[in-house]
Amino acid sequence: MPRLVSHPDEVKIVTRRFGMGASKIDRYLELDGYASARKALAEGSDWIINEMKASGLRGRGGAGFPTGMKWSFVPKQSAKPKYVLVNGDESEPGTCKDHLIFLHDPHAVIEGTIIAGLAIGAKMGFIYLRGEYRYLIENVERAVAEAYERGFLGRNIFGSETEFQVIVQSGAGAYEVGEESALMESLEGKRGVPRIKPPFPAVVGLYGGPTVINNAETIATVPHVLAMGGAAYAAVGSERNGGTRLFGLSGHIARPGVYELPMGYSLRKMIYEVGGGVRGGRKLKAVVPGGSSTPVLLPEEIDIGMDFDQVGKAGSMLGSGGVVVIDDQTCMVEFALRTIQFYQHESCGWCIPCREGTDWLKKSLTRFHAGFGTEKDIDNIQYLAENMMGRTFCPLGDAAAMPTLGFVKKFRKEFEDHLHGKPCPYAHHPEVELV
Amino acid sequence: MSAEAMTLFSTELAARFDALVERYPVRRSALIPMLLYAQDEIGYLSDAVIEEVARRIGITPLDVRNVATYYSMLRFKPAGKFNVQVCTNISCMLRGGYKIFERFQERLGIGHKGVTADGLFSLEEVECIGACCWAPAVQVNYDFHDELTEEQVDAILDEYRSRSQKAGSR
Repeated sequence: MPRLVSHPDEVKIVTRRFGMGASKIDRYLELDGYASARKALAEGSDWIINEMKASGLRGRGGAGFPTGMKWSFVPKQSAKPKYVLVNGDESEPGTCKDHLIFLHDPHAVIEGTIIAGLAIGAKMGFIYLRGEYRYLIENVERAVAEAYERGFLGRNIFGSETEFQVIVQSGAGAYEVGEESALMESLEGKRGVPRIKPPFPAVVGLYGGPTVINNAETIATVPHVLAMGGAAYAAVGSERNGGTRLFGLSGHIARPGVYELPMGYSLRKMIYEVGGGVRGGRKLKAVVPGGSSTPVLLPEEIDIGMDFDQVGKAGSMLGSGGVVVIDDQTCMVEFALRTIQFYQHESCGWCIPCREGTDWLKKSLTRFHAGFGTEKDIDNIQYLAENMMGRTFCPLGDAAAMPTLGFVKKFRKEFEDHLHGKPCPYAHHPEVELV
Repeated sequence: MSAEAMTLFSTELAARFDALVERYPVRRSALIPMLLYAQDEIGYLSDAVIEEVARRIGITPLDVRNVATYYSMLRFKPAGKFNVQVCTNISCMLRGGYKIFERFQERLGIGHKGVTADGLFSLEEVECIGACCWAPAVQVNYDFHDELTEEQVDAILDEYRSRSQKAGSR
């Protein structure tokens, strides 16, 4: 069972029910569960969307698109059925927050899905979890069955004339399926290859119907937004970044774990106070601020607030909230190599710049780290990554290129230290002794 | 239905599949979960499994194969009874994921995608399994083992060995 952590600076909204047995419906109801869905049912679509817009909640999957606005794009009238899709394919290295939500509070995800359905006029929602999360899939399926038993899901939800069905879907191993249109393909029983946009999912999505797709954390936040009121939720966060989010501290951090902190919380404080600093009293070398696809930050770049705009201004991205802390005994070339190995493995192969780019980056970095690189290789790695940027249908190409560019630009000296037949001068494996 | 198809899946799984294909607006949506559940029972996606799943969905076996090859959890030859999946992605790597992987290789005497001679264990180096804050992490079949040390590797293997013996003596 994954360990829960706590820190006084946390503002527990989404994690409020963690560790309280709320995955059982009776306990969830005791803790005000399904009150927001009932209210949403009484108040109707316009009220829900207005509250969501007022909340300033932005997509927790990584792109940070305002949730209320996304929902408002769905046409009111549609010849085809509309759908709600919950993205629980959580696969971005450094990210394990949805893992805890599915474990401790699956009903919040179901309740959020119902509310999203009421907002856009959908009768069916899907909760898609990565296949590796089998025990969590079973937990969510069990919770869905409980909600059906109570009449919270089905033909007449909460005794009304409104219908809403929820299906829990298992993936079978694919990072790429976390991309919204690839997830729809997978749900339709196909290879998870992304679709060309436009049309956007809000107009043509799952089975060709208008579809809202949100990250599992975003959906789990929705009932809390309606319970608090959009404005009150917005007030917790920073400017244009409403509320809190789940930050996963991992790597060389003294107290790793998932912490719920207000948007805009200082990255320095997050590392040194919340996470207890770098493990074993070592010095900080770098931080990956939002999952493996986000460009690395240097120790002198961590005096920023963790929200979408401030991290963007610092030249990186808030991404999925996975903060990976790297100490001074780590080889950044090896770190870059391990990152690109992942993207090479996960590229679906549809777009040539991504398929070939990730493969050549992996080959170049492998050779380079082994000490067989040349001066020209450093520029070539950069050139390859630059030429992948913006040249693919989905963001996986960018996700591989962006961190690579960050590593080469910010740690060029470490790359140069690998030249002239020298094997890695830092460490073959950058881990420290387990304390 | 042929006699072979009737005995391919257990009664429970067959019933589950009957319900599954009716659940979605489109039958084919059941494909990926069906492949995974079938693999859990049979061990891998044999030709017979692929043909039977294709028949149940109403598509060609080639179409099933085309989809199945995309997903990294689906396999076309048997794995060990206990499939050990060691994450070496960034968060696990920083906390000793490679050492854990090396220890498993040493103890089992097999490498990436290898299967022990007795068929009890197989080993895989896998990409991020969503346990980054509890690194280094390993999955044995679907069970997570978090915050591992090299020493714990032996205990994990022993645990599964004894589990298998208990199941065998029943």
